[in-house]
Amino acid sequence: MPEQILRQHPLERPEYLRALEPSLPDIRLPVQSSRWHRLTGIAPVRQITLLLLLTAAWQIYGSMLDNPLILPSFAQTATAFWHGIVEGELLLRAWTSIELLLVGYAIAVVLSVALTLLAVSSRLGADLLTLLTSMFNPLPAIALLPLALLWFGLGEKSLLFVLVHSVTWPLALNTYAGFRGVGETLRMTGHSFGLRGLRFAFAILIPAAFPSILTGLKIGWAFAWRTLIAAELVFGVSSGSGGLGWYIYENRNQLETANVFAGLLMVILIGLAVESLIFRAVERATVRRWGMYK
Amino acid sequence: MPAPAPAPVTLLPQPLLKLTDVTIQYATDRQIVTAVQNVAFEVLRGDRFILLGPSGSGKSTLLKAIAGFIPPTRGTIALDGRAVARPGPDRIMVFQEFDQLLPWRTVRGNIVFPLRENGASRAAATERADDLLARVGLAKFADHYPHQLSGGMKQRVAIARALALEPRILLMDEPFAALDAMTRRRMQEELLRLWDDLGFTLLFVTHSIEEATLLGSRILILSPHPGRARGELNVPPYGGDHSVESRQSLERRIHGLLFDSADAPAPEHAAHA
Repeated sequence: MPEQILRQHPLERPEYLRALEPSLPDIRLPVQSSRWHRLTGIAPVRQITLLLLLTAAWQIYGSMLDNPLILPSFAQTATAFWHGIVEGELLLRAWTSIELLLVGYAIAVVLSVALTLLAVSSRLGADLLTLLTSMFNPLPAIALLPLALLWFGLGEKSLLFVLVHSVTWPLALNTYAGFRGVGETLRMTGHSFGLRGLRFAFAILIPAAFPSILTGLKIGWAFAWRTLIAAELVFGVSSGSGGLGWYIYENRNQLETANVFAGLLMVILIGLAVESLIFRAVERATVRRWGMYK
Repeated sequence: MPAPAPAPVTLLPQPLLKLTDVTIQYATDRQIVTAVQNVAFEVLRGDRFILLGPSGSGKSTLLKAIAGFIPPTRGTIALDGRAVARPGPDRIMVFQEFDQLLPWRTVRGNIVFPLRENGASRAAATERADDLLARVGLAKFADHYPHQLSGGMKQRVAIARALALEPRILLMDEPFAALDAMTRRRMQEELLRLWDDLGFTLLFVTHSIEEATLLGSRILILSPHPGRARGELNVPPYGGDHSVESRQSLERRIHGLLFDSADAPAPEHAAHA
């Protein structure tokens, strides 16, 4: 029979139809359930392990060196940190810094949003932003400090000035890059809805550029801390009680190295908290949810 | 076939969209490029009007000009007798790209948002969004975000959003071109079903002859470099007994108009004009 078909027409094969077989049920794969596997699969667990190892190394080296003036051990630092917290001074200093930081940060955010909105709405605005960012972004904030002192005197205003300077330019640069990266289709869609001007910027441009804006906010936050601590190291004493930078400087002068370490630890802890609590939460609620981050 | 006497112009209803000798030119750094040259046509209410042509025939440019994104260099574009000046919700465009949905809004939110922007109350907008999502078969996905949908589903949402706004004319720029062939076929049928149900006016750009004869009621054929009108053809109503045969002969005719080098007017049009 097959040979006969072959001779009649070598390429033509018989058709066939058949009923579908019942489909196989979905099978649940056994989960990798060893405890070790599950634990090492969690990123924070791995990171905390690494942190503990580094701390142990520090503790061992510190006790071997046995010179708390140069390098206090982890235990000594922890004790100093604990005292600073309990006695309230460290917390007070940290709060002084954070308060100033938040004000400066907020001013800078408003300023850079205004600048970038100006930049997307007119060619001259775009030129202005490009010019300003390329001039001022490379300028270290500390270099402006003498000028700030001249203009605003010793005090919070000078600190605010350099703080705003250090945050505005990187944030504006990132926001503007984000705005320009918004796709043509999305822009046309927004215009089709009848959106124009500020409505368009807030309903389309800002959310669409949010990944870049968020990066700018993070960079700006780090820059703000660096600038503030550095500026306080120089003249924080005159601004009332002084912030964390001044705390570090003061304790170094008194050769309380463990307290210096405690102050640095405080800066690190605040940075970690903001990154892992605030920025991570914002990310989860926005860009991750919208599928903009892979 | 005995040609019926051309209907007197006065009996035709007022055109919904009227293009008069539209020319669109781009200035690049070195030269001025003509994308569309002296194109004129009229779209009537309820038309499924197709702009058909190869790439470079200016069909997308024309559509963008009608949407109000590009001003014509010469000529006029009028909707309901008023010149088109800027984009607006009376001419909603469905694009080929899948990124026309707002990623930061849910499927329902994507439809509710422009309705709210144009003055609908929250309750009315939500009700309308849910009605259209049900019509395109996506009721279950109302609370999903666009990135969780397939390409075909995203296009369905875009179509639902466009129809929800009740534009005077729905503009579609090769909306199914980026879909796989089977999904595209299903979407084409769904679009025709939506047209049957809701009775909107459609202006549809495509480079596929098959898609044009399947979806259109009238086809404007454009030649490339620059885009010029080659003629307008009627499509026999779909669904009839002989529709397959007549569609095939229509497709052959279009093929001839597009690819035969002859610049002479097609014989079918000799009587007219």
